[in-house]
Amino acid sequence: MNDLWQQLFILPTDQIPWWAEVFRSVIRLVIALAGGLGSVPILVWLERRLLGWFQGRLGPNRVGPFGLLQPLADALKLMMKEDIIPTNVDRTIYVMAPAIALFPVILSLTVLPWNGSREWGAVAPNIDIGILFLLAVGSIEVYGAILAGWSSNNKYSLLGGLRASSQVISYELGMGLSIVSVLLIAGTLGTQSLVMGYDLSQTGVLAPGTLLGNGQAIVSVASVGDTGYTVYEHAASSGFWDWHFLRLFPFGLIATGIYMISMIAETNRAPFDLPEAETELVAGFHTEYSSFKFAMFFMGEYANMLIVSAICVTLFFGGWLAPFGFLSQLPAVTGLYVAPGVVNFVNSFVIAPFWLFTKLYVLIGLFIAVRASFPRLRYDMLMKFGWKGMLPVALGNLVLIATSLAVQQVTFPSLGYYGAWWAGQGVAWGITLVVVGILFYGKYVQYQAKKRVARTTDLIAPIRRPTVIVPTPSAPAPEA
Amino acid sequence: MLFLLFGGSALVTGITMVLFPNPVRSALFLVLNLFCVAVLYLLLNAYFLATVQVIVYAGAIMVLFLFVIMLLNLGTPDRSLDKLRWQQPAAVGIAVVLAALFGAVIYQSVPAGPPASAMMVEAPTLYAPRAEPNPMLTNQISDPNQLRAITPDTMGTVTGIGQSLYNPGEAWLFPFEATSILLLIAVIGSVVLAKRRLPGEDASAAGEREGGTG
Amino acid sequence: MPGQTNSLLNSYIPVLCMGLMALFLVVVFVGLSRILGPQRPTPQKLAPYECGVTPIGSARERFPIKFYLIAMLFIVFDIETVFLYPWAATFRHSGGMMLFNLFEMAVFVGILLVGYVYVWRRGAFEWDN
Repeated sequence: MNDLWQQLFILPTDQIPWWAEVFRSVIRLVIALAGGLGSVPILVWLERRLLGWFQGRLGPNRVGPFGLLQPLADALKLMMKEDIIPTNVDRTIYVMAPAIALFPVILSLTVLPWNGSREWGAVAPNIDIGILFLLAVGSIEVYGAILAGWSSNNKYSLLGGLRASSQVISYELGMGLSIVSVLLIAGTLGTQSLVMGYDLSQTGVLAPGTLLGNGQAIVSVASVGDTGYTVYEHAASSGFWDWHFLRLFPFGLIATGIYMISMIAETNRAPFDLPEAETELVAGFHTEYSSFKFAMFFMGEYANMLIVSAICVTLFFGGWLAPFGFLSQLPAVTGLYVAPGVVNFVNSFVIAPFWLFTKLYVLIGLFIAVRASFPRLRYDMLMKFGWKGMLPVALGNLVLIATSLAVQQVTFPSLGYYGAWWAGQGVAWGITLVVVGILFYGKYVQYQAKKRVARTTDLIAPIRRPTVIVPTPSAPAPEA
Repeated sequence: MLFLLFGGSALVTGITMVLFPNPVRSALFLVLNLFCVAVLYLLLNAYFLATVQVIVYAGAIMVLFLFVIMLLNLGTPDRSLDKLRWQQPAAVGIAVVLAALFGAVIYQSVPAGPPASAMMVEAPTLYAPRAEPNPMLTNQISDPNQLRAITPDTMGTVTGIGQSLYNPGEAWLFPFEATSILLLIAVIGSVVLAKRRLPGEDASAAGEREGGTG
Repeated sequence: MPGQTNSLLNSYIPVLCMGLMALFLVVVFVGLSRILGPQRPTPQKLAPYECGVTPIGSARERFPIKFYLIAMLFIVFDIETVFLYPWAATFRHSGGMMLFNLFEMAVFVGILLVGYVYVWRRGAFEWDN
């Protein structure tokens, strides 16, 4: 009996049989689903209330206290609605599309860590390639929109689906490149190690043996006395200044910004919600969907919002770590007075998730504030911004990070840790300044030339100006 | 067992892909097939290949395929209009020859010993237990001499790939750089084809042809 | 102990579980929408939504080649990004070869940048022409 208990709950992952791991997985995935899909009603409520507040109105406030039960009422309503399958749809694909849209969203919950434990920290805490997993799963999220749009046999749907898929794949590039920047800085692919694996060695780049590249190495479990209380040494000694968004300033910050813009575009939310622009496309690719199938798209969108925020927090904002290390866990002394199991439990399942969710909800508040603040982009602007703005900036940022790291590596032995940091950063800053300067100078020359042309055309304009107005169907009217 | 499961599904989805008359469905089965193959890669410890399989093939190339199918508005083809009727028996014949060839090669290369499927299942047990982490797996490469030590176990990991691909001591550096030229050609080719103006068409007309719904 | 599995397989068991769970959930959701709601179809209800106007023709029209071009460019740059992952993951650990690694990736990215500039100059990123 005790043996069974040990196998199910206590022993490390590599010492248990597969069925015990299945048992643990089920517990963990229930936690993840409760946190992920369970957050959806809260998100919906939060968004509507916050939008109401931003726009000087009330928002839902009738059902339950502060309208908190409104999302449940909505869900119930949607479930009880008639499920319409219009004529001429491609039935199989039409029915499958919402499932295909939701499936990857749920699957991406697998590698997002909510505490530092190798046994209970995420649904799959031992995967060393968490980021690649997220990217792979994220890359198949396009299918929901394409297939829904195509199978619906509705012009709005088709256009919405096309727009959604083009937009998602365009912004996936910026997203991927900003993630590569983090990989460069951290040198690891595991999500858990990204959270904890800040390079604590005082070398800037790499000192043999001290690199903390993997969760396994970092979770240096130090027992306080003989209490069995686990202290994540790293978590306790770091703080927000160690999070990736402040590494190699400002390049970490730029990568963060690129990721955050792409994540808004990836989730098809305002101001990038072209695929669902009501004024043009009714509801985009899910125009024809009703009842719970519509709810699935809806759920997928909000869960996806949560997940991209969670990825952002994991990559850039230190995941479940507290902004000041000592807040990440109960002080070590408590291990002497309270049962170690209790302390560990509080650390892993109260404090760590608390910080994770605090950061998540701050980000989601940002999402909603962005939606309330910015007008919708025009589609050509959106594509131009993705391909001409995000992609080169992300690529340049990446090269600068690599340059900085390489220079640090070269100068480290002679200049020491801080000297190497300043040398690397100095080179990168210098290159940035030169490039930005050249670009600005080019723009300035262009602007001057344009002004000159404008002055000359003003003189001849009355004669030269064409009288026939050619309709340009491709330019969509700006949004009111 | 996992190998049998996913290998079997790969086979089934592949066959369904060929047999389905509707191109969109065929494409979807191909996506499923790619997933199954990705899992097979995973079972062979080729983590990077598995994820790349999904990211590039399922996430990018199949999206393009779907776009093309939709762009051309392909429906279910009418069999009676098929001009190349002799293709089907010919394809079957070639398939048989190919299968025989594969069979011969496999038979020659595995003369004795456990069947391939058994090896697949046992392969993971070759792994070092967690207690003594493999340096390749844990990213903890500190000794430069370890960089070259790429064993079959670590070959497929991301770090393993990175070391063999970007290491001047390995043979893959030049092919890697050559790839970029290949990609460059692909970029230029696609733009040239897509932005081509039809003869007798000026810029504005081309713009209108390509314009429309955007 | 012979019954034990190794860490590799164990670490992917959760993914399998999650995949099965996700599959189960989406199937249940799709099923729910079929079971719970009423089923009273009328021809008007089943017509494609076109703001009240009777739809003309099929919706599966051909669409602009621009989308195809975007997908094609995406593939190319996606492959570039894919090459960057192993490079980025090993970059910090490459020690003395760091500058060389930087250089070789600069060559790779540089060659692709030529293509990028070409695409830019050809106006493939301009949606409206």
